[in-house]
Amino acid sequence: MNDVLTVRGLSVTVRETALVSDVDLTVGAGERVGLIGESGSGKSLTALSILGLLPEDVRAGGSVRLDGVDHELVGADERRMSRVRGRDIAMVFQEPMTALNPTMRIGDQIAETMLVHKTLSKPAARTAAADLLERVQLPAETLRAYPHQLSGGQRQRVVLALALANDPALLICDEPTTALDVTVQALVLDLIVRGVVDRSSALLFITHDLAVVATVCERVLVMYGGRVVEAGPVNEVFTRPRHRYTEGLLAASDLETTSRRLTTIPGNVPPAGRFPSGCVFRTRCAHATALCEETPAWSGSEAEGFACHHPAAQGSLEGVADA
Amino acid sequence: MPEHIPTVHDAETPTAIRVVDLVRDYPRPRTSLLQPAPVVHALRGVSLEVKQGERFGIVGESGCGKSTLLRLIAALDRATSGHVIVEDTDITRLPERRLRSLRENLQLVFQDPMSSLDPRMRVRDIIAEPLVVQGHPASGERVRELLEAVGLSADAGDRYPHQFSGGQRQRISIARALAPRPRILIADEPVSALDVSVRAQVLNLISDLVDELNLTLVFVSHDLSVVKHVCDRVAVMNAGQIVETGYTGDVYAAPQHPYTQRLVSAIPTLQRALSGATTADLLAKGEPA
Repeated sequence: MNDVLTVRGLSVTVRETALVSDVDLTVGAGERVGLIGESGSGKSLTALSILGLLPEDVRAGGSVRLDGVDHELVGADERRMSRVRGRDIAMVFQEPMTALNPTMRIGDQIAETMLVHKTLSKPAARTAAADLLERVQLPAETLRAYPHQLSGGQRQRVVLALALANDPALLICDEPTTALDVTVQALVLDLIVRGVVDRSSALLFITHDLAVVATVCERVLVMYGGRVVEAGPVNEVFTRPRHRYTEGLLAASDLETTSRRLTTIPGNVPPAGRFPSGCVFRTRCAHATALCEETPAWSGSEAEGFACHHPAAQGSLEGVADA
Repeated sequence: MPEHIPTVHDAETPTAIRVVDLVRDYPRPRTSLLQPAPVVHALRGVSLEVKQGERFGIVGESGCGKSTLLRLIAALDRATSGHVIVEDTDITRLPERRLRSLRENLQLVFQDPMSSLDPRMRVRDIIAEPLVVQGHPASGERVRELLEAVGLSADAGDRYPHQFSGGQRQRISIARALAPRPRILIADEPVSALDVSVRAQVLNLISDLVDELNLTLVFVSHDLSVVKHVCDRVAVMNAGQIVETGYTGDVYAAPQHPYTQRLVSAIPTLQRALSGATTADLLAKGEPA
């Protein structure tokens, strides 16, 4: 299996503040990888720096390579990036209203993506747009509709159709269903999975919802404080977490517990740039010692491993901080 | 999996909130000179009963009328027809000046703590405001007591809402709601805007306070798994009607109404996903509209 996306030592900084540090990430062809973390963990910034869409004073460092693109994506100029965006890498954002042009009909917007990249001629693009809408289960009349005439779920399906228009090698979804109702979320998730499976595209799926990641993805990376703290196959990470943060997150989201009280992680997620030095989780971790003031090294392989000085024992969920 | 035992309510337990055949229609702006203005039927005859000390959940998707129902129960809006009876008082047509006891006894916590807290007021003034409005002396001691009850330090009172994280702001909202010592607490999506690790803290806090202060809790959420953890009984709403009511464990395990079945099967859970459920399994037999 060849790697579609290879990210090495990615860092994102604004002036002196590091927001994302040292992220390594590989997504193979047809592979579905999840990126989970709470707000401020740097997961969206990671996605934006892959696409070269960071705000003006925010800088990315390190390396991002895409299979089939012969240049480095970090620091590439706008002219080269605009050829990659929408053709090789496509993105579905959280808020579908702001991702669509309110003054253009849906059909024209979908056709535009193919015309801009000259992948199809004008009449062929129109036919393809109708076909794409049918695949996301929207009626043919939607072609002539404007975004404001559609519901949130319908808009998100249009955004997905747009993203898949040029059969991208990599699809990035950033919290695509957070604003949607559960029954609509189910449909959109299914369409995303079917869309990437049909095209054997790679999927990078960003969310804070563990259950959604477990349903959609095969492999998962857990981010906290701008660092990847644990990575591995979904089944492995969610049943035998090694990093104390992953362990706490799993316990805190377990609403099936029989006790009235939920297990919690003490404290709050610090604001971006205020994470402690060394292990980013040490201020909230019950197992932290003086050793944690040093940044823990990555143990294991890139595809499966963790960065923790006091990892949970293999195959147990014991010792979860009950605060 | 053993369910937690729901609080048993016999027929003797007094009713805290009774809603009888409640209807709320909103007229929309006229679109034609010749035709009457179109009407949105937000609530189409909702009836429910919440016993004192009960934890009652209301679930439904956006647009199902759950917020309209809350507004009517809190007397923030007027019903088209039907009745809302809170602790033996029919509040449906009471004028505002006679709602004083309701304003004290029933308090709300909203979804977005940023927009429900005044950014220009210090936290101690925010928490004291319901007391001042009701004409009670707002002592610094009561404010400190409330801050402590929700797990914030006493010096938090001197700061402004923007200096707090989402979870802490929601604690401030809860402290404000508890200030006039209400008997009924209504929480409208109180944890939907929070991160998972903070969500558990706030859910525990609400649960503890409800127990300690013997509150009646009405908990509204779109997330059936959260409601299942917090509430004894639940009402499922769809298109302005209650389609199913029952003990949360029963409704979750064996939903009767087709809508509830679709809702339950659409919720992704870790357990199901780890035992091999895919996105196709989230879609029940009927496709959503």
